[in-house]
Amino acid sequence: MKPAPFDYIAPTDISGVLDAVAVEDAKILAGGQSLVPMLNFRLARPALLVDITRVHDLRHLRRVDGRLHIGAVTTHTDVEHSPLVREHWPLLSDAVRHIGHSQIRNAGTIGGSLAHADPAAELPAVMLALDAQMTIATGSGNRTVPARDFFHGYLQTALAPDELLTEIVLPHLPTGSGADFSEIARRSGDFALAGVAVQLQTSTDGICTSAAVALIGAGPVPLRSHAAEQRLIGSELTSGDIAECVQSACLGLNPPADLHGSADYRRRILAAQMQAGLERAAMLATADRRGHDHAR
Amino acid sequence: MTMHVDVEINGVRHRREVEPRTLLSDFLRHDLGLTGTHVGCEHGVCGACTVQVDGRPVRSCLVLAVQTHGRSVRTVEDLSDPEDDVMHPLQEAFHANHALQCGFCTPGILMTIEALSADLAEMSDAAILEALSGNLCRCTGYRNIVCAIRAAGEPGDGEGTGSWA
Ligand SMILES: Cc1cc2nc3c(=O)[nH]c(=O)nc-3n(C[C@H](O)[C@H](O)[C@H](O)COP(=O)(O)OP(=O)(O)OC[C@H]3O[C@@H](n4cnc5c(N)ncnc54)[C@H](O)[C@@H]3O)c2cc1C
Ligand code: FES
Ligand code: FES
Repeated sequence: MKPAPFDYIAPTDISGVLDAVAVEDAKILAGGQSLVPMLNFRLARPALLVDITRVHDLRHLRRVDGRLHIGAVTTHTDVEHSPLVREHWPLLSDAVRHIGHSQIRNAGTIGGSLAHADPAAELPAVMLALDAQMTIATGSGNRTVPARDFFHGYLQTALAPDELLTEIVLPHLPTGSGADFSEIARRSGDFALAGVAVQLQTSTDGICTSAAVALIGAGPVPLRSHAAEQRLIGSELTSGDIAECVQSACLGLNPPADLHGSADYRRRILAAQMQAGLERAAMLATADRRGHDHAR
Repeated sequence: MTMHVDVEINGVRHRREVEPRTLLSDFLRHDLGLTGTHVGCEHGVCGACTVQVDGRPVRSCLVLAVQTHGRSVRTVEDLSDPEDDVMHPLQEAFHANHALQCGFCTPGILMTIEALSADLAEMSDAAILEALSGNLCRCTGYRNIVCAIRAAGEPGDGEGTGSWA
């Protein structure tokens, strides 16, 4: 259980990282909470590790023009304790607490979790539900990839080995929004068997104007349930509307079966979580509208 | 290839040459002889190897020693001073409450909970259990660990038995 030998470099700026990862068999090291176990098991044997945790420009949480910019090396703990995230993007705040344990969150980073793209991880689903944009630095400039095009398959993303995820940008959420995150895991801190991230938007008269329902454990990548979302938009988000939407969403689901749960079991818990999550998010959207009216 | 590491451990500055692949847990135990940090699983699951880096509890089996260059590390050895024979209040509370049997998990738990010292008095049992969720104990069943942590959070000498609500 010891890593095979490798070289190590810790650049302090983004161009230093890009130069270093241009070398064959180089691998980026962020919090190490997914990569170091793989090194210890010798499932990964890179020639060079490029530690990005000393790049100051990759660690920030700030609101610019209503949007949240999160540097890729921001730790889960920093996100968890950010009052800014709590107030404006509660879905992210709620989800991040479910990641592993405090000791894992103290080291693990948002960029590492997204680049690793474990199908049972919380943050990929949250990014899908929030329509996040990923900023990627490459040898020939920056490019931006929306979350829906970022996750390609089991541990596969839009990132090439010589590219660096630098920032995640979350859009502004207007008044009348409500969110909920829930997951089921065998033990506290385990990866989820199944989970649901919901972000709803309502108009002043309580009609659902946009809906995002992202599912964990429903496939090799987190999925948006377009069937559910289409049923919700234009509805008043009553329990009946939600039950109907959950029913139609579940028809199309084909979750994987493994040691931890059969496909049918996963489908059932996804349905129960969708129902409860959507009901809570709908209540919060109403409260958000009322709170705002009250404040005026 | 070896690399130079300059790191403060338990208040003492150490300058060493290490291979980049050396885990912090092995650096502490083998290079520095600080065997209070225990190694159970070596993949981040058991929590026995938990130490504090710049004040935050982390798994030392998932940190490379070279990554701690310029940082400060605290291990269980820092909690008490063998010279004056006085244990840390948390250690006293673990002793008084029979919160360890084999003791393998104890250093990791102490370094996790010690980082929360300022909040202990306000923490509910549920919050304490949540804080303990990253540390596996195969002996105690956790109950006496929670009692000890509650006792440590109460004013006094930590000798009291924290009640289990
Ligand atoms: C016991 C345990 C329990 C855990 N439980 C959970 C859980 O419940 N949910 C969950 O989501 N995660 C869990 N994790 C994983 C944790 O969230 C990791 O922090 C995360 O998956 C990876 O982040 P990292 O910063 O540690 O990345 P690293 O491990 O350093 O890197 C992971 C991968 O991403 C690449 N990478 C990292 N940063 C970048 C970047 N900026 N640009 C391009 N590539 C990059 C690396 O090359 C590597 O391939 C757990 C881990 C452990 C050890
Ligand atoms: S030895 Fe590090 S967590 Fe188990
Ligand atoms: S006391 Fe033996 S593992 Fe906890």
